[in-house]
Amino acid sequence: MRLHDVCPSRPAVEPVMSAHFMAGQPWRFYRTLHRCGKHSAPLWAPARLWSSSSESPPLHTRALLFLTQRFYDVELLMGLNSELKRRTVQWKNSYNSYARQRLGMNIALAHFVLRLKGGFRYVGQDDWFRVDKRGKFSWDFLNHKNTPIEEVDLSHSLINFTGLQSLEGQQSLRTLSLRGCSQVDDWFLARLHIFQNSLEELNISDCPQITVGGLAALRNLRGLRYLDISSLPRISSPGLVVILLEEMLPQCHIVATGYDLSMFQDTVEDEKEIKEQGKTDNRTPGMQ
Amino acid sequence: MLTWRRLHVKVRAAHAPLTSRLVTRQHAWTHGHLTSCLKLSTSTALRKDFFKDVETTFVEMKKKAADALPSSNWSPFYINPNLPPERADIVIVGGGVMGWSIAYWLKKMENSRNGMRVVVVEKDPVYTQASTVLSAGGIRQQFSLPENILLSLASADFLRNVNEHLNVYNEDPVDLQFNQSGYLFLANEKVAHIMEENYHIQSQFGAQVSLLSPTQLQERFPWINTDGVALASYGLENEGWFDPWSLLNGFKRKAISLGVIPCTGKVTDFDYTVTLAHMYDQDVMVRRVKSVKVQMPNSPEYQPVECAIVINAAGAFSAKVTEMLRVGSGDKYSIDGIPFPVEPRKRYIYVFNCPDGPGLDTPFLIDYSGVYFRREGLGGNYIGGASPDEENEPDAGNLDVDHDFFVEKVWPELAHRVPSFEKLKVTSSWAGFYDYNTLDQNAIIGVHPLINNMYCATGFSGHGLQHSPGVGRALAELILKGGFETLDLSVFGLDRIMKQEPVLERNIL
Repeated sequence: MRLHDVCPSRPAVEPVMSAHFMAGQPWRFYRTLHRCGKHSAPLWAPARLWSSSSESPPLHTRALLFLTQRFYDVELLMGLNSELKRRTVQWKNSYNSYARQRLGMNIALAHFVLRLKGGFRYVGQDDWFRVDKRGKFSWDFLNHKNTPIEEVDLSHSLINFTGLQSLEGQQSLRTLSLRGCSQVDDWFLARLHIFQNSLEELNISDCPQITVGGLAALRNLRGLRYLDISSLPRISSPGLVVILLEEMLPQCHIVATGYDLSMFQDTVEDEKEIKEQGKTDNRTPGMQ
Repeated sequence: MLTWRRLHVKVRAAHAPLTSRLVTRQHAWTHGHLTSCLKLSTSTALRKDFFKDVETTFVEMKKKAADALPSSNWSPFYINPNLPPERADIVIVGGGVMGWSIAYWLKKMENSRNGMRVVVVEKDPVYTQASTVLSAGGIRQQFSLPENILLSLASADFLRNVNEHLNVYNEDPVDLQFNQSGYLFLANEKVAHIMEENYHIQSQFGAQVSLLSPTQLQERFPWINTDGVALASYGLENEGWFDPWSLLNGFKRKAISLGVIPCTGKVTDFDYTVTLAHMYDQDVMVRRVKSVKVQMPNSPEYQPVECAIVINAAGAFSAKVTEMLRVGSGDKYSIDGIPFPVEPRKRYIYVFNCPDGPGLDTPFLIDYSGVYFRREGLGGNYIGGASPDEENEPDAGNLDVDHDFFVEKVWPELAHRVPSFEKLKVTSSWAGFYDYNTLDQNAIIGVHPLINNMYCATGFSGHGLQHSPGVGRALAELILKGGFETLDLSVFGLDRIMKQEPVLERNIL
């Protein structure tokens, strides 16, 4: 539900408040909260409005009314929540230059990947380093200071454009899996040119922010052999996009499942409708 | 209640003889005296009407009295609600992407909420002639001036996080439809060394560009004919094109939500004072704007807006704004005689269809002949054009498209560079204005030396859209903090115009 629907009497200027919050000035909100808190009524208060009638209104009406009266509090909480999420993403993707200088590029990347709850594999080794269910990991990877990393799996993690900086300089990275990453967008894909000669397999399926404009940037990955673009929700004509991608990356095997690729779906439905209409048209003269 | 009823009775008693006499006189010819009198005194319908009238009159009187109280904003005259405020701190002339970007950054940097009143004046609310929406919408880093490269990088950074900046609570996020495709510049033997120098400058300032030899070019883009190409430079990141309208609307929506006042109207005149000052070794008249006269559309009504600072972001028409202050009208050999070096130049953009043309990897290709094209959508559509020669500049009075220009100048070059374009078909076209800086084709950013309180952000010669986020921030810093902080753009100041020292960019399209 949109907040404006709940509070119709809200003055038109008020979106500004949230704007200030977004601009990184949350203290203005605390002031608002303080002001609202003085006059806010407890949950049972709305019931008094109906005190003249014998029965009180149903619970959900009371709850909505309560939320209406606490409009700024709700707005503040929602704003705080989104700000917190944004900061978490930022923090998790921050670049650890200290570790990179002291322990080397590979160790820094290994730690970065594990902190994002991903997994990786060193060159020449078969077993993967991964986190357990509780997000804990062993520090054995510190023993492989000079081994480059070959495969990185960051599926369903919070990696974003900033985080890609930690992966920079990995000349032997062959496989990158970014399945279901909510923060991976077109700018991320454009930045992947840093692996333009090494990257062979890329999985970007289920990423909600990727559009055709970003897929065009994959032209720089000339070593790509395998590309998974299944179930990208923001691609409007997947059949055409797959054909264009195959044309752009001739040596690459492209996987695109999860799309409805039947070209004649709409026309079939139209024909059905026409047939049905025809049937009814035929019937009407008979009925007369 | 009792007194009220008594009052009613009194009113009836007092009025009855008066009205009856009046009506009697009127109807004396047709009716008898007695009948009409009877009608009046006994007819209930008429009496009811009368009391109704009295009641409504009372209500109206009460309303009028309430309106006339000092706290209400009632006035005896009708006031156009679209008029700008009488006083403002900053008036921005021109509501294109540059004007709204400046408005947004000013509001973002202000110390306290509603700390200043910013008004954006735009003459055309549907933007039929605005360069913003008629541009090709590209952004590139391949410039030769470090300031331009840094501006592009800053703008790319802004566009990447556009929803953190321009997010309005409870509204849809801004969808720029950004297409991540690089610019591909082709150079012949004559200009190859310039391209190489530019490449070094670009990499030095953090732009991701790669140089390609003709063989590499052929390998990467098999559909290009490399005849005459000696070197190519290709952008890897932060380049591409996007929807200008989305960016403009995003800036506008956010700025209005932060309290900027939008105004539809035309700036027709200024009220200003003149003082004599000594600068550049001569005595010059320095103006100071006191108020801006804003004329309402389709009406003779106008409103002078008193202001502290005026920002000239009128794009191709910014010279008209300074002309209103008589800048450039002085003696030919003095500083006062230098006109503002921005003029509108008409550029055509043609949309053409070619099913056999290059596919998803089409870059924004710029040939050394000046012809450019880019992909538009996925259906084999492209948009392209070229800049005409200095001698053959078309008349900038209207926005009509010259189709012969495409056939004679653009198509041969296109077909030479991309052989499959021999079979193209033009489907549509439009024309737009460049805010062409006649001195050096570079931006003009800063205070006007001859107008004390006028800041300029114009003369971008076709890069206004892509530099708007960076320039908006820089100008807001200049105004609110007294100097450039994040990005030093003093190179683009107006001093160079007064001294007639051009700052040249060698990658102009």
